[in-house]
Amino acid sequence: MKAIKDYIQRLFLWEMFKGLNITGRYLFKKKITVQYPEEKTPQSHRFRGHHALRRYPNGEERCIACKLCEAVCPALAITIEAEQRADGTRRTTRYDIDLTKCIFCGYCEESCPVDSIVETRHFEYHGEQHGDLIMTKEKLLALGDKLEPQLAADRAYDAKYR
Amino acid sequence: MDTLIYLILTLLKIVVILVPLLLSVAYLTYLERKVIGYMQVRIGPNRVGPRGWLQPIADFVKLAFKEIIIPTKANRFLFVIAPMLVLAPALAAWAVIPFADGWVLANIDAGLLYILAMTSVGVYGVLIAGWASNSKYALLGTLRSAAQIISYEIAMGFALVGVLMAAGSLNLSAIVSAQSGSLLTWYWLPLLPLFMVYLISGIAETNRAPFDVAEGESEIVAGFHVEYSGLLFAIFFLAEYANMILIAALTVIMFLGGWLSPFQGTFLEAAFAWVPGIFWFLLKISVILFSFLWLRATFPRYRYDQIMRLGWKVFIPITLVWIVVIGIAILAKLPPWFN
Repeated sequence: MKAIKDYIQRLFLWEMFKGLNITGRYLFKKKITVQYPEEKTPQSHRFRGHHALRRYPNGEERCIACKLCEAVCPALAITIEAEQRADGTRRTTRYDIDLTKCIFCGYCEESCPVDSIVETRHFEYHGEQHGDLIMTKEKLLALGDKLEPQLAADRAYDAKYR
Repeated sequence: MDTLIYLILTLLKIVVILVPLLLSVAYLTYLERKVIGYMQVRIGPNRVGPRGWLQPIADFVKLAFKEIIIPTKANRFLFVIAPMLVLAPALAAWAVIPFADGWVLANIDAGLLYILAMTSVGVYGVLIAGWASNSKYALLGTLRSAAQIISYEIAMGFALVGVLMAAGSLNLSAIVSAQSGSLLTWYWLPLLPLFMVYLISGIAETNRAPFDVAEGESEIVAGFHVEYSGLLFAIFFLAEYANMILIAALTVIMFLGGWLSPFQGTFLEAAFAWVPGIFWFLLKISVILFSFLWLRATFPRYRYDQIMRLGWKVFIPITLVWIVVIGIAILAKLPPWFN
């Protein structure tokens, strides 16, 4: 009996029409596409985008050239050179991040003891020439200065979980 | 002089048919992307022009400016001529399609036979394209496509035999006229199994999803046209969609009463008498085309052996049985269709 029922159902394409019914209903559903350049999805305050180097409120750069980020970087994207400054503190002379190598894992930010290297929410960037995506210390500091209010706010929000 | 005028007039008529046809092919690709997008809760192309209306034009411009790459070991002559062999029959078949009462380029008596011949010639283009590319994926796609088209042509041919038995004519205009009466005297009802078989075979004939193993993006990249680029590829694309529209038009003529008004024989007949026949014809074609897109958005691809099983072991027996049933119904002069 069941075999006959199955056969008749198959002959009259019963399951096919059920499938068509579903796609037919989806035709009129509300569309959920985000129209990217005009609309954007919400961002986490832990978003891992373009890197930046931060400064202390008095304008002194935070980085002490401990090279923990360089050591932890799984993609070997960070290159640091350091020397002693006239006032006896240890500072970087070179801090390069090759964004074409970087995998945006966030380990550099995790490892930093002074919250100097951070990943920002800035992600819409591009390079037009070879080398444009190799970030130097100057570029990273400049971006950090530009985004400092947001960076500070995000870190303050996240402080209780750290 | 008369011959010259006749030639010019015929050429003009061809242009009047082909230009809107090619335009509708372009906008069918747009509609397809929109409809499938909507069924997948997306919105489809909407960037080029208002609501993406210029998208087909942008697509064409892109393809037209691309380089045509001919593989080193390919047979150059056949490689270039194959797309034309696919497109030409798809366009030539429109010569006998009646758009409305008397609106037909060539009102020949063996119209149905001509259509069958034209749709069969298309498979040569596919075969030649796959062979001339000198690529294993193209050849595999070609073999699949050729076997599939030939198998489904049999079921399709039998379905058309049913139609010509019912109408008693091979002339397409006569077939439409024979269906006049009302919505229920159109052949979709007495020939319902043949209608379904024809519709499904039509999808298989045009190598559309869910019968698109010949293209099989996920397994053999693009099948027979994998080596084609630029304008030559555009011609294949054009031919596929022109064939879709052709199959839809044929379905409408054979089973859905061509240019006849769906309100014929009801109290609304007089109210809609002012609507020209071509409007109903185009409306019905649009409905069939929409169902093609709907099917593509719904079903996954058939396995190859399942396609063959469906064609040979399901469709051909169904059509054969129904031809006998129709024969008996005609002998019995079954009203309201065959009296």
